[in-house]
Amino acid sequence: MADQQAKPDAGLSLQVTDLHKSYGALEVLKGVSLEAREGDVISMLGSSGSGKSTFLRCINLLETPNAGTIAVHGEDIRMGTDRHGVFKPTDAKQVERIRSRLAMVFQSFNLWSHMTILENVISGPVHVLKQPRAEAIERAEAILQRVGMYERRDYYPSHISGGQQQRAAIARALAMEPEVMLFDEPTSALDPELVGEVLKVIRSLAEEGRTMVVVTHEMGFARDVSNKVIFLHQGLIEEQGHPSQMFSNPKSARFRDFLSNTRH
Amino acid sequence: MQLIYEYRQILLEGVGVTVSLAVLSLILSVICGLGGAFAKLSQSRSIRQAGNSYTTFVRSVPDLVLMMLIFYGGQVMLNDIGRITGLWGYVDVNQFIAGALTLGFIFGAYMAETFRGAILAIPRGQIEAAMSAGMNPRQIFRLVTWPQMVRYALPSFTNNWLVLIKSTALVSVIGLHDLVWNAFAAGRSTHKLFTFMIAVLVIYLVITGISDLLLRWVDRRYSAGVKRA
Repeated sequence: MADQQAKPDAGLSLQVTDLHKSYGALEVLKGVSLEAREGDVISMLGSSGSGKSTFLRCINLLETPNAGTIAVHGEDIRMGTDRHGVFKPTDAKQVERIRSRLAMVFQSFNLWSHMTILENVISGPVHVLKQPRAEAIERAEAILQRVGMYERRDYYPSHISGGQQQRAAIARALAMEPEVMLFDEPTSALDPELVGEVLKVIRSLAEEGRTMVVVTHEMGFARDVSNKVIFLHQGLIEEQGHPSQMFSNPKSARFRDFLSNTRH
Repeated sequence: MQLIYEYRQILLEGVGVTVSLAVLSLILSVICGLGGAFAKLSQSRSIRQAGNSYTTFVRSVPDLVLMMLIFYGGQVMLNDIGRITGLWGYVDVNQFIAGALTLGFIFGAYMAETFRGAILAIPRGQIEAAMSAGMNPRQIFRLVTWPQMVRYALPSFTNNWLVLIKSTALVSVIGLHDLVWNAFAAGRSTHKLFTFMIAVLVIYLVITGISDLLLRWVDRRYSAGVKRA
């Protein structure tokens, strides 16, 4: 049935259609859709509780949506109702494969604390992508070089700053050569003076044409770097469009309020 | 000292039985414990209940009672099944295997609690990062859950292990010739029970001392990346 209403489009890197998510009686997402073409940088804005993080976590199924479809490069994630009437993905192997193509960067970094930075970066490539270890190390070192973490490659996460941890986490995500990168408030847990170094890295990734969806509170980033902004309010898209037009001429009263509250 | 030296052969044999029994029981208890812990953390209600019944039951019954129940009861049940189905004749259950199975089963329940707590102590984000990298459940366990839970489990695991070593003495009631049984026999026949009990005490201290060293090494190995206070 889902196939009839939304044929997955292979030209889209990511296509999310009519996503719903409830926790008990609380409906967090009331039907949110998103389309990302290759090279798109989509910023998702919204006040806390608007459902933007939940939406992002649903895309790689860290949360299971109650309804809706998700397709990566035209491949629909198969979902169905189990015998208890619970809607969930039906093919665990497919979910693992799709997750390996969507890299996630978390608010609290979530680097594996028992591994060095280098081990963090090569784990996915070696164990999931089955790259030879030597090759994975070589690539990891190049990526760490790029995010400015090469010198810290043998450190454990607890021994470096939050900004460095987040740059290492971005390196870990990059090492998977993802088709789409998902950023879940990547700078919200950082001390203000560390935000810049992380944003600089994300910005450089955007500039080289990586497809990404960024949940953020950084208005400057959303305005200057992304080519599409989605403003969520209470589980629905309130307004979306190109940042130049949205920031200079917001259509909805809520987004106007949101902007005036965040711009001091 | 002279007397102990004369009886070294029988004492060493006892040490061999005690240590091998303890190690085998430990391995079994880790397997039971991991099974129990994952059962208790399962999403399925019936599996959760099975796990809870296991740990609650075993921890509420004296070890000695369980041991006799499993050893004698198990033997009777095995032979009854053999007789009714005609698949096998009379079986005499090996005491060593029976002892190890019983101890493994009992301590598995304590290990299950230890492991459950350790798994819950791992921050959720660590597992989510592994999931979002596309790892399958086995890889997540091997690469993230296990190495992180060992560190959280170790203090309580050490405790269980020390109690387990001492509990091996219980197997003498089912006739297994462990260290305590042999020392008792030697003590009775020489009328120097006290001397042999002192020897037993010292030997247990040596065994636990060595395991303490080993566990410290494990702790260092699994504490990589942890800031020392």
